[in-house]
Formats: sequence, structure tokens, C-alpha cells
Amino acid sequence: MKIVVCIKQVPRRDDLLRINADKSWIDESSLSFEANESDAYALEEALRLKEKHGGEVIVATLGPSDASKTIKEGLAKGADRAIHLCDSTFEKLDAVATAKSLAAAIGPEAPDVIFTGLQSDDLGYGQTGVLMAEMLDLPHASIVIALETSEDGKTLRVKRELENGWFQWISMATPALVTIQSGINKPRYASLKGIMGAKKKPVDVRTASDLGLNADALTPREAIGSLYLPVREKQTEMLEGDAETVAAALVARLRGNGVI
Amino acid sequence: MANGVLVYVEIRGGELTNSSWESVAAGQALAAGLGTTARAVLIGDGAGSNAAKVAAKDLAEVITIEDAKLATYTPDGFAAAMVAAIRDCDPAWVVFSHSYQVRDFAPRVAARLDRALVGDVIKLKVEGGNVTLVRQIFQGKINADVTCRTDAPGMISLQSGAYRTDAARDGSAPTRALSVDLGSVRIRWTVEERFKDVKGAVDLSAATRIVSVGRGIKSDENLGLVNELAAALEAEVAASRPICDSGWLPMDRQIGSSGQTVTPQLYVAVGISGAIQHVVGMKNSGTIVAINKDKEAPIFDLADFGVVGDLFEVVPALIKKLKE
Ligand SMILES: Cc1cc2nc3c(=O)[nH]c(=O)nc-3n(C[C@H](O)[C@H](O)[C@H](O)COP(=O)(O)OP(=O)(O)OC[C@H]3O[C@@H](n4cnc5c(N)ncnc54)[C@H](O)[C@@H]3O)c2cc1C
Ligand SMILES: Nc1ncnc2c1ncn2[C@@H]1O[C@H](COP(=O)(O)O)[C@@H](O)[C@H]1O
Repeated sequence: MKIVVCIKQVPRRDDLLRINADKSWIDESSLSFEANESDAYALEEALRLKEKHGGEVIVATLGPSDASKTIKEGLAKGADRAIHLCDSTFEKLDAVATAKSLAAAIGPEAPDVIFTGLQSDDLGYGQTGVLMAEMLDLPHASIVIALETSEDGKTLRVKRELENGWFQWISMATPALVTIQSGINKPRYASLKGIMGAKKKPVDVRTASDLGLNADALTPREAIGSLYLPVREKQTEMLEGDAETVAAALVARLRGNGVI
Repeated sequence: MANGVLVYVEIRGGELTNSSWESVAAGQALAAGLGTTARAVLIGDGAGSNAAKVAAKDLAEVITIEDAKLATYTPDGFAAAMVAAIRDCDPAWVVFSHSYQVRDFAPRVAARLDRALVGDVIKLKVEGGNVTLVRQIFQGKINADVTCRTDAPGMISLQSGAYRTDAARDGSAPTRALSVDLGSVRIRWTVEERFKDVKGAVDLSAATRIVSVGRGIKSDENLGLVNELAAALEAEVAASRPICDSGWLPMDRQIGSSGQTVTPQLYVAVGISGAIQHVVGMKNSGTIVAINKDKEAPIFDLADFGVVGDLFEVVPALIKKLKE
């Protein structure tokens, strides 16, 4: 079974975000980066499929050259090789252009299964996987929280999360694309052996022209204007002081309005 | 020339979804801003029987599409039907609610039309015929103004709560059944019945007080602190998704779009950032308290009382004070 897993590198969760001077993006200079949360679960699901059916796991990442760190981590956990879409023309793409680029790189591999995360933690389009499925003419299932395969690997049965605690199983034939919800499995850590071995695994770096993508295809259909902090609409009373002081103030407020 | 606004109205389990009325309200507002009119489209089983309710709103037309291939929801069927509706109406804008169903099929529509679907929009601004969309990025920590750069249609999906359901103006619209030829559409899913996990034994919707814990707690070994706070407040313990994903608390303690919706008198969010998928499950709580070390955390936007600080200092002090 040939499995491609799309992994996006995003700013580390706890890093403090600052909007840059021209308000066009965040200031990335002081940030560290990691694999997008749901993509880490997608990678684990890919590795488990390989363990069951054999075959290979390929990581696909579109991102700047330092995304190689996240790619290496995927290889260290057990992926066999990677495709890194790395080119200045790939900067600031919208969801459609990102999906086109990834689809152009992944399509020729003719994988049995493509995994993406359900949503990126930075831009949060929540679309790239489904867009790719349409572009590659594959069936897809989104927001998947459990996955089973038939013995021959030709059918996927997946549990989709619906709103408010509802679920649904659907089945579809491979090749297919699945967008993975966080919590589907317990992602593994890279072993020391894996980390050593990752250095020797192939990373295929591709530019837009390698993939035959012209400027028109990559022109964003949506443009981000300015970034700003959300304005607070509610009158929040911020309690200040050391822990003892705020604790006393809070308890007094809660007793005051009768909720405790 | 493309003209007007087309609103997708979603049917779930035979009923119109609440958020569809928010989309109708947004579609009406967008149309008014552009000096045009809005129409609505209903797809699948129940489209015809629910059309009258939608036609009682101020819309130019309500379109229904029904077909054997649309009897149960599949992205293949619904994307094809929605593309047909868009071709039929030639709208300048298409409005969806950002529901799980829309997330599942609308990107296919966008790909087929090679247009942007601006997702999870919280606000529409119309000025002199130009539409600016506000969406949240970085899990609600930052807002971005977004514009569409292509020819019509521009497509947007609205975050739940962006518009009020009761803002949808009443009126009277004609209905029309649109017949679409889905003969060549391949339905590639085999669908089973929807279900709720029976494990969801804990019903937090009846709780009067809830202490909810997020990733700020760092490790399951620290959960004792939260249990102690809950005991001191006589509250139930709940959590954000990552806590349940990690198996530190069972799934039935999860609050949010894929967990439970709660409205306690008191909701204490401990180390929770306040991502929209969490917020939709607790925003209607009575008194909301947030304890978070990041003063910009979105949870403070809806808290009545906010404490910026390290939960490992604040929570023990709080427990001590409550026990006095
Ligand atoms: C389709 C979909 C469905 C989802 N469904 C749900 C759902 O039902 N419920 C849900 O909760 N989420 C859901 N999510 C996930 C959601 O988007 C967020 O990722 C999640 O809510 C974040 O949880 P958190 O706030 O605990 O973690 P984080 O976002 O990581 O926030 C942790 C917070 O803790 C603070 N913190 C850290 N250390 C300390 C300390 N020592 N003291 C005080 N504060 C500290 C940080 O400042 C931060 O604000 C869903 C996502 C998607 C895409
Ligand atoms: N630049 C990228 N490189 C690799 N995968 C990506 C990239 N952007 C998006 N994806 C994949 O698409 C998913 C959804 O992203 P998004 O549509 O941005 O919310 C992510 O979880 C990734 O799996």
C-alpha cells in the first residue's frame, strides 16, 4: 500500500504571536515550528496502515527550506521518503493554490491512500484535503476519527465525526483521501534508531516549475489584507495581583453574584 | 452577469439546521449591502418539505433540489447538486454556514469552479460594492481581512454565531424545484446510519457548575489540582478536546462542537485558549471565569472574570480560599 501523508509546518502552539509592522503577516523571526497537530495524527495513521499492509509512507510538505526539520521528524518516526515543495513562488498561497501544488506533486505517485490533517493551526482553511480529492478525482472522507481497512486494503471503512456527538461510518474504495481528526490514535515518538536512520532517507525537493505549475494556477483566489487582534466585545473584569489576591477577589465576586 | 446572493440552507436529520438561519441573515445583509437580492437553495431529502419555512423569509426565491442520488448526504452528490444550483442562479456570492457537512463538500464545489471558498468568516463588510470578509486565523488569536480576487462567484462559509438566527428578516418567496441531471455522478460512498456513542453517559448539560481543563495543565499527573478545585466548587469536571484526545479524561467530558454543549451557571476555564470549536459548546454559560497565562488568549473575550496568571499558582490559591 502506498500512502502519502501531508504535513504542514506551523508555529509552535505556545509561542507568542506578534503581528508584523505592515500587518501583512506575523513576525516569524522569534518563532519555533512544529508539525500541525492533526497532521501528526495523520502520520501515525499512515504508519499503522503500512505496518498492516506493507508498502511505503511518503511525507509531502509545502513550505520554506526550514520545514525540512518537520520532514526529518516524519522520516524519523518511520516514513520512508519525502517530497518537499520548496520554492519562493509557494509563499503565501491560499487553499486552492496549496491544494493544486500538493496535488501536482502527489498525483503522479498514484498512492492508494492520501492522508491530510483536517485543519491547519495557522491559516485554518480546513479545505486543503477535500480540494485535493476533487482535483485528483478521488473519493474522500473528512473529519475521520477511526479507520479500518479490508484485508486486501482495497476498501476503507471510516468513522466520521459529525456535530454534537454524532458519528457515521462510511465505506469507500481506494484510492481515496482521508482528512484526519486529532485523537484518532496515539502518535509515537521517534526512536533514536529512527532519528539516525532518517538522515539517509531521500527527500525530493520540488519547485513550481518542476511540477509544471504556472503563475496563473498559483495566483491566490483570496487575498489576506491586514491582520489585527480581535476587539473584545464583552466587558471582562480582569482580576490583578498575586495569586492570593486574585483568588480572594474571584471568590468574593462569585459569592457576590450567587453562583457559589 | 453574475448577480445576487445564493444561500445554502442545510437539512440535518430531516430538519433545517439552526445555523442555516444565520446564513440566511448574512445573505440578506450581504444582498442589501450590494443592492441586490438573496435566494436560498435546499438540497436532498426534505428539501421540498422544508422549503415553505425558508420561503417565509425575505428572499427572492427558494430553490429545492431532490434526487434519488441525494437521498442521503454524500459529498459526491451534494457537490454536484450545488454546482448545478450555482450554474442555474449565476450568483455573485454564495453563502454557507461553516458546518461539518459544508466543510465536507463545499471545497469540492470551490475546486470545480476554481474559486476561493473563504471559510469560517465572522463578519462581512460591504463598502461601495466591495466585500471584505473577516476570518479568524491562528485558532482565533488573530483576525484577518480577506478579499476575493477572482470573478464571481465568491464563496464564504460563516462561523457559527457570526450572525443571529433571529436576524433573518421575514418575507415571502416563491419556491421552485430545480431538476438536475445527476446521471453521470458517481456516488463513491457506502453510508451507514448516523449514531451517538452510547458511552456518552455523563450528561454535563444539566450541571450547574463546571470546571473545564485545557492543555495548559501540561500532564495528566496535574489533573488532581483540577479535581480538587471542582470538589471545592461542587462542580463537574470537563475538558477541551486535546485532554480527551490524549486519553487523560474520557471523551464524554469534552465540551465543544464535537463534544457536549453546556450552559452551567458557572464555567471555569483553566488553561484553555478559547478556540471557536470549544467556545461554541460553552459560550452561553452564566458566569464565565478564565484562568490563562496568555493575556491575549481568546477565552478572555467571553469571560466575565479573567485571571492572567500561572494556573499552578492561581488554582491552589483558589482552592485554599474556597476552603476557608
Ligand atoms: C472540526 C474540529 C472540531 C473540534 N472540536 C473540538 C471540541 O469539541 N472541543 C474542543 O475543546 N476543541 C475542539 N477542537 C480543537 C480546537 O480547535 C482547539 O485546538 C482546542 O480547543 C484547544 O484546546 P486547549 O485550549 O486546551 O489547548 P491550547 O489551544 O493549546 O491552549 C492551551 C492554553 O493554556 C494556556 N496555558 C499554558 N500553560 C499555562 C499555565 N501554566 N497557566 C495558565 N494557562 C496556561 C495557554 O496560554 C493556552 O491559551 C476541534 C477542532 C476542529 C478542527
Ligand atoms: N503547506 C502544506 N504542506 C503540507 N500539507 C498541507 C499544507 N497546507 C495544508 N496541508 C494539509 O492540509 C490540511 C488542512 O489544511 P488547511 O486547509 O490549511 O486547514 C493540513 O492539516 C495538512 O495536512
